[in-house]
Amino acid sequence: MNLQENNISANNFEQCIKCTVCTVYCPVVPVRPEYPGPKQAGPDGERLRLKRGEFFDEALKYCLNCKRCEVACPSNVRIGDIIQSARIRYSKHRPTLRDRILANTDVVGGLATIAAPVTNFALSLKPVKLMMDAVLKVDSHRSFPKYAGEKFVTWFNRNAQASQAQYPRQVSFFHGCYINYNYPQLGKDLVSVLNAFGYGVNLLEDEKCCGVALISNGLISQARKQAELNTASIRRAVTQGRKVVVASSTCTLTIREEYEHLLGVENADVRSSIDLATRFVYRLIDEGAKVVFNDDFKLRVAYHTACHMERLGWGFYSISLLRSIPGVKLTVLPSKCCGIAGTYGFKKENYATSQGIGESLFADIADASPDVVATDCETCKWQIEMSTPFKVEHPISILARALDLEKTKQLNK
Amino acid sequence: MRFSTIIIGGGLAGLCCGIRLQKAGVQCAIVSAGQSALHFFSGSFELLNVDAEGKSVDNPVVTIEGLPEGHPYKKINDFSRYAEEVKSLLTDCGVDVNGDAKANHFHFTPMGTLKRSWLSLGDFNRFDSMDCFCGKKVVVVNIAGFLDFNMKFVCDAFARMGAKVEQRKISLEATDKLRTSPTEMRASNIARVLDVKENQNQLLTILKDYSNGVDVVALPAVFGLDSTDFVKTLKREVPQVVLIPSMPPSVPGIRVQQRLRREFERTGGVFMLGDSVVKADFEGNRVVRLFSRNHEDMPLTADNVVLATGSFFSSGLVARSSEVIEPVMHLDVDFDSNRSTWYDAQFFNPQGYMKFGVATNNRFQVKRQGETIENVYAIGSVLSGFNALAEGCGAGVSMLTALAVADEIIKQ
Repeated sequence: MNLQENNISANNFEQCIKCTVCTVYCPVVPVRPEYPGPKQAGPDGERLRLKRGEFFDEALKYCLNCKRCEVACPSNVRIGDIIQSARIRYSKHRPTLRDRILANTDVVGGLATIAAPVTNFALSLKPVKLMMDAVLKVDSHRSFPKYAGEKFVTWFNRNAQASQAQYPRQVSFFHGCYINYNYPQLGKDLVSVLNAFGYGVNLLEDEKCCGVALISNGLISQARKQAELNTASIRRAVTQGRKVVVASSTCTLTIREEYEHLLGVENADVRSSIDLATRFVYRLIDEGAKVVFNDDFKLRVAYHTACHMERLGWGFYSISLLRSIPGVKLTVLPSKCCGIAGTYGFKKENYATSQGIGESLFADIADASPDVVATDCETCKWQIEMSTPFKVEHPISILARALDLEKTKQLNK
Repeated sequence: MRFSTIIIGGGLAGLCCGIRLQKAGVQCAIVSAGQSALHFFSGSFELLNVDAEGKSVDNPVVTIEGLPEGHPYKKINDFSRYAEEVKSLLTDCGVDVNGDAKANHFHFTPMGTLKRSWLSLGDFNRFDSMDCFCGKKVVVVNIAGFLDFNMKFVCDAFARMGAKVEQRKISLEATDKLRTSPTEMRASNIARVLDVKENQNQLLTILKDYSNGVDVVALPAVFGLDSTDFVKTLKREVPQVVLIPSMPPSVPGIRVQQRLRREFERTGGVFMLGDSVVKADFEGNRVVRLFSRNHEDMPLTADNVVLATGSFFSSGLVARSSEVIEPVMHLDVDFDSNRSTWYDAQFFNPQGYMKFGVATNNRFQVKRQGETIENVYAIGSVLSGFNALAEGCGAGVSMLTALAVADEIIKQ
């Protein structure tokens, strides 16, 4: 008999000193009074749930998993992980058809891309939106991200793959669903930037959606399968001496942290080889890679630190890269949640919460009034583009435009 | 990642040091493991409340002469000038403080008692003596459902000071809505609700009514996460209002933290929140590289390092069964190896362990295995030689040592 089995949690809730700091920084609490807040939902509730699972409160579904509580916590308690683990373990809520559609970004993206013009047109029609609102409970105010006509992978195989072997150094690229189905241009930009620094780009042998949407929609066994597949692919790349670069801050956090903490998929051996694109490029420049910028490049940029970027603690790299571009005038926005949190904001029941959370960030953006907003997160991009008149770009895309790619390439041979 | 100075710890000491350095053109990064103790701030900074003999202090400036050697204050040349400069640093950051290093005043604690203090935020009243409520009519008002303001203690405290006390509760529709989750009926959430004009007006109407014929209307300080505008309106419209700090989270404290951080970032400082330094590489008697949890194998380098990690509560110091260690760089710590002197069985007596801390020379340079580490300085609660609680000097030590060390670095 283990006397401690009802007291010890895999997550470190016992380090909580009840200081209440996390409750100050939760973006949900001010707009959703039903949400019990990170302290009660996390460490306080965990103590009770360990004794009896029936203490689980379904209101934990309001948690965005933004992890701002973890960033604020002075005692290093993984509050967000405690809440998500509790949902995985105890929630009786079963994913609806809508949840399954939103979460299966791979399947839906694959189908949508085949008939992209039709899909994009249909998703923009009022009657289709109202039908989705009524039947699927996907909020009709939402504008859907556009699907691209040609997948990134198709483009890469046709146009880029053959030339990659000529580069002296090699790196692997986890592109994720967004680049593959919605915005291949970012993938193309990353390939040209990495090529300019003398790195050839390889796709992973096999890659599925990182699974963040599956986790948040409760489709855990599928998430685990995808995590295992991705980790195995990453491991093969790392064994061949390659780092794995990821453009999206959320995919990066999920693969590096959530696989182990929430899904129990061991990744300690490869974790440090999984790098965010801007951090990878920052390191190259820090270690002496040469850069030549286009003289005529001028852009006023406001940088938005996405929640998962804040949790990674890596906003510094993107901000420093943008700041190093001579033609960029940079405003760093106060780090606040935009409210979308992946599929959360698409759901009818969350729409008002989602927009309420983002309101203060949208006002900050309006104040900064930049030419473009930069962020490393794709869902923040959708949310900001839908809720403000501003265009949003990834720092790598801005870098790709600012760099004289040919001259840079010559210097980094 | 290269900086001129890296400050480990983003609390009051780390921020004050960083702001002073940035303003002098020294490029700094602050690595902060989560939010700081300013979230538990009572609204008043203390300089020195109790002297070496245990007597109450009215004039800190003259009293520091009598402090024992080894006290951080004894290592600061020109104590009065630094005390003044702290005040202007805070004011320049938009933190409105009042007080005088030569004359302590009294301020309210969250328990409703009066305590000596040096600088109080503009939100709070300053009192000259402890008997200014004798015979006064006091109404203590709370927001219904708010548990971090202890009505009973506050009313009892006023009664003990000879006041005639009544208590009232206010229910606004907007604050009642917060009670849906009783655990989230917190000062910071109430402050957000009371940022809305309509709710402010409702509150003012009720308070004006309660203030009729009374001398004092005591309220928890739950106003103004970002701005002090409403506190000013409140005091103008209802002059009897006296704010009492709430239990954590402290709304005025959050405002101070945010203003200091904003000033640090505005002047070009890099604030890394939610990260901890886990390892330091030494070459000779210098630190050459730091590694943090988030940045992993990407080293942070700097000419100077300032340790502002705080005391036991924030793990700046860690007590083991027979020793006290500094966990980041394994620096030398002043502590008594005889464990029986660590604690006094009487809880309210000064506790021995409170004086433990990182050993420093007169310039606040730290030591490791007996050798001075030239480019590492320690400031604030991680230092040895003082008992912040018993002496009432925690904030003063944090801010004065921060500025003194910043000047050491600027001088180089």
